[in-house]
Formats: sequence, structure tokens, C-alpha cells
Amino acid sequence: MATSTNGTATSYIERVREPRWLNSQDAEVGSYAVKSGLAQMLKGGVIMDVVNDEQAKIAEDAGAVAVMALERVPADIRQDGGVARMSDPNMIEAILKAVTIPVMAKSRIGHFVEAQVLQALGVDFCDESEVLTPADHEFHSNKWAFKMPFVCGCTNLGEALRRIGEGASMIRTKGEAGTGDVVEAVTHARTVLGEIKRLQHLPEMELMTAAKNLGAPYDLVLEVARTGKLPVVNFAAGGIATPADAALMMQIGVDGVFVGSGIFKSGNPAQRADAIVQATTHFDNPDIIANVSRDLGEAMVGISSNELPESEQLAKRGW
Amino acid sequence: MPLNIGVLALQGDFQEHRAVLESLGAAVTEVRLPHQLEGLDGLVIPGGESTTIVKLAHRWGFPDALRHFVDEGGAVWGTCAGMIVMANALLETEPEPLSLMDITVSRNSFGRQVDSFETDIPVKGVPGGPVHAVFIRAPSVQDQGEGVECIAQLEDGTPVAVRSGKLMATAFHPELTPDTRIHEMFLRLSAGEPSPV
Repeated sequence: MATSTNGTATSYIERVREPRWLNSQDAEVGSYAVKSGLAQMLKGGVIMDVVNDEQAKIAEDAGAVAVMALERVPADIRQDGGVARMSDPNMIEAILKAVTIPVMAKSRIGHFVEAQVLQALGVDFCDESEVLTPADHEFHSNKWAFKMPFVCGCTNLGEALRRIGEGASMIRTKGEAGTGDVVEAVTHARTVLGEIKRLQHLPEMELMTAAKNLGAPYDLVLEVARTGKLPVVNFAAGGIATPADAALMMQIGVDGVFVGSGIFKSGNPAQRADAIVQATTHFDNPDIIANVSRDLGEAMVGISSNELPESEQLAKRGW
Repeated sequence: MPLNIGVLALQGDFQEHRAVLESLGAAVTEVRLPHQLEGLDGLVIPGGESTTIVKLAHRWGFPDALRHFVDEGGAVWGTCAGMIVMANALLETEPEPLSLMDITVSRNSFGRQVDSFETDIPVKGVPGGPVHAVFIRAPSVQDQGEGVECIAQLEDGTPVAVRSGKLMATAFHPELTPDTRIHEMFLRLSAGEPSPV
């Protein structure tokens, strides 16, 4: 079976590489290789939530590999309540103009028209996100239908493989966004990585039942059992607030981190952003992490995620 | 003795390069601090976000260390963001590249992510037919100094791979395809074998 040079099996990817979107004049633009390839370029980096062009510039100067453009960071979405939707196109365009790094934006789960709008605006990556209010109680968007790559959240391996089966080019843990509490991101990353290790040790005759129990596509289960990793890049998100949090997630084994409310809800955003970038690169060097962690000022206040009532737990959204 | 090759591991797809180089028999070191350049025959600067890589490179003292590495005869290959890092100058005002190679580069030369593409191009010095090249928010070479040779261009003539002595830069990502010929070319360069072109 074909194996690509980066160690990931290509069997599944090869089959899905044919462009499936409509009305494309050029079959070589927006292929699966360039969509998942952009995610690979983000590895070892920090993606930061920003709500305006000024914050986007601060994030870029601090060394962010991409920014997530949204009207309210998750901590404010929690506080304000109500329905959280895709951001205003004017605000997204201002951020697209302000920075040269990739710009991500969020669509609601299953709201494929919001995703179409984001693609039309020229957004580089869509996050089909549980942080916004879901638009569909049963189905996620068909991400094969887009030239724009998608990242989706997961809490376990089955959820990650369902999203990849729907065409996601990148996966992140959900964590518990807007809390500043890293425990859920740790739980989700350890769950995904642990379930991968388990699959690797199962005899082949048990893999179909494993796929049934995970609720995951059989082809992808076979591939993960063989390669020992997800076929796409896997970041951590949801509750990361300090340089040590970022390095913790990297040492556990993710490819990079998202920091949402943690930066611009803190006392000194530029310095904290810079420190988290340094700690993500030098995640295995405690001396450097110690140095960048000094005098960062107030971290975001934070909410302990196990004090949240179930109705306020964003990680429960997604099917 | 295997060749000692470093991959600059500040940010980007350095693990992908590492996997290819190891499959070709090189001993690979991830380089995050300048002292890790010691004893290397060659260094790959991977794809990633050029603003992030350049910022981290300045922060940890890589500009002088890399110029010293090149002066001492080390080979360097930059892919995509790595090409931007190596340039003498950019059309854009930011970031400040490390001036390892006499080329002027334009970032995001083909547009945003929705314009990223794949295509087949012949590369001079690479036998066996065209290379399948993946361009992701890719740069292109706008100007090149004396002694810098264009080894690959798109159909419209845009230069996308260049070489000068033991330095090379590609706007595309050979580390994302199963074809290892460009990595083999870089290992020959690192070993000091005479240029096939």
C-alpha cells in the first residue's frame, strides 16, 4: 500500500483527492493536498483569537502562525449568552487586509452557508466550531464541497475520524473554550492519543467492531491502526492560557495550539502572546519556558470547567 | 558515515522533512538553538509561516550563526517559507529576511489559500521527468543576483526554484509528496558532490 514520505499512509487520501466541489475551472486548485498541506505549515505554531485588526497585528508581531477572526472571544460569548453566529464580513475583511499570515474564521456547526460566505470572502481556513451556536442538531457541513480547508473540534477519536471523513483537513481538541482551564484539552488530547494507541494493538479481525464502537469510518480506522496517527494535523484548543499550558499540550503530543480568550483577556497581551509562541517552539526546554513565564501580569481570570452546568459546556456540541 | 543534516525546527513542517531525510539515510538533528548547527553538513529550512520563523530566528541569534554556517561551507535548502527566510530582500516590508542568498522574493505571490495549487514542473539537475510540485500560499523569485541559477519555473516563466553554490531554495514543498528526488539532490549538495547542472 502506498505510503507518503511524511509517514502517513496515502490510501484514504489518494481516494479522496479528486476535487468534488462544483463549478471549478481548475481541478488543481483547492485539492486535498493543498488543504491538508496548509495545516502542515501551521505545525509547531500558535493560532490566536482576535476580534479586530489591531489585535490581529499584535498577534502577527508576536509570531502567531494564523489568527482566528471572531467578534467575541469565547469568554465573552459565555458571559453574553444568546445565539453566537459567524462574524460580520466587514470585520473579517479588515483583518484579512491587516495581516499577511493566514486568517481563519468560524462557521456554526452544520451552517454550510456561513462557510460559503467565508470562502467567498477569501478566508484561508474555516473552523466549524462548537463555540458558536450549532445550526444543525444532526449533521456537520460537507467539507469536501469547499476549496477552503476546515478545522473541526473533537473530544475523542471517533469524533475526529467522523470530521475527517466529512472532509476536515485539520483537527483540534475542543477543550472547554473561554474558561482558561486546560483540563478538558488535556483530557481530549489524551483520549484521542490513547484510543489511537489502542487501535494499533488490536488484531485486524477486531477493527470492524472497533469502527462500529467508535462510530468512525472503517477505512480511517484501518489507516490509523496501521500508521499510529491521525491522517491530518492535530492541534490543542480550549482553555490554554499560559506558556506552560502550551508546552504541556505539545509534550502530550499535539502538533500546535490555539489560544482563544487566554491572550487578549490577560493583563499584557503582546508579552503573553510572545511568551506562548516561544514556549510552543521550545516546548521541551524548561529553562526557556521558565524565562518567558516571568512577569507576564494577570492571566485571564478563568472558570473551573467542572463548575460549569452541562448546558454551558461547549464541548458537548457536535455529533 | 551518514551525512549530518539539520532541520530548522522553530516552526513548520520540519518533521515531514526529517522523515524524508531519514528514509534516505541521513542523520537528522532538529535545530532550535544556534549551537545545534555545529557539525552539520547541511540545513533544511522548512515550510511554515515565514513571519513566525524569521521572528524566532532573530530572537535566538540565528542570522549571524547561519551566515557563519554558510561561510564555513554548510549547505542550506529553504522550502516555501524557507525560501523567504533565505532571501536578501522581499518585495514586502515585513519580515526582515536573513540574507543568505542573493534573491528577491515576493511572499504569497499567487494569492490566498483558496488559490493554492499543484502542478508538474521539470527541475534542472533532477533526472527522470517532471516533479509534482505543491504550492501553498507560495512565494516566487522576483529577482536573482549573479551566480544564482533558476532551476525550475512555471509555464508562465515565474522562477520557483533557484540554486547558487551549496544553497538552494524552492517555492514548493517536495516534503509533501512521495517523490524524494529533490531531497536526494540536496544530500548530494551537502556531500559536496559536483553540481550536475
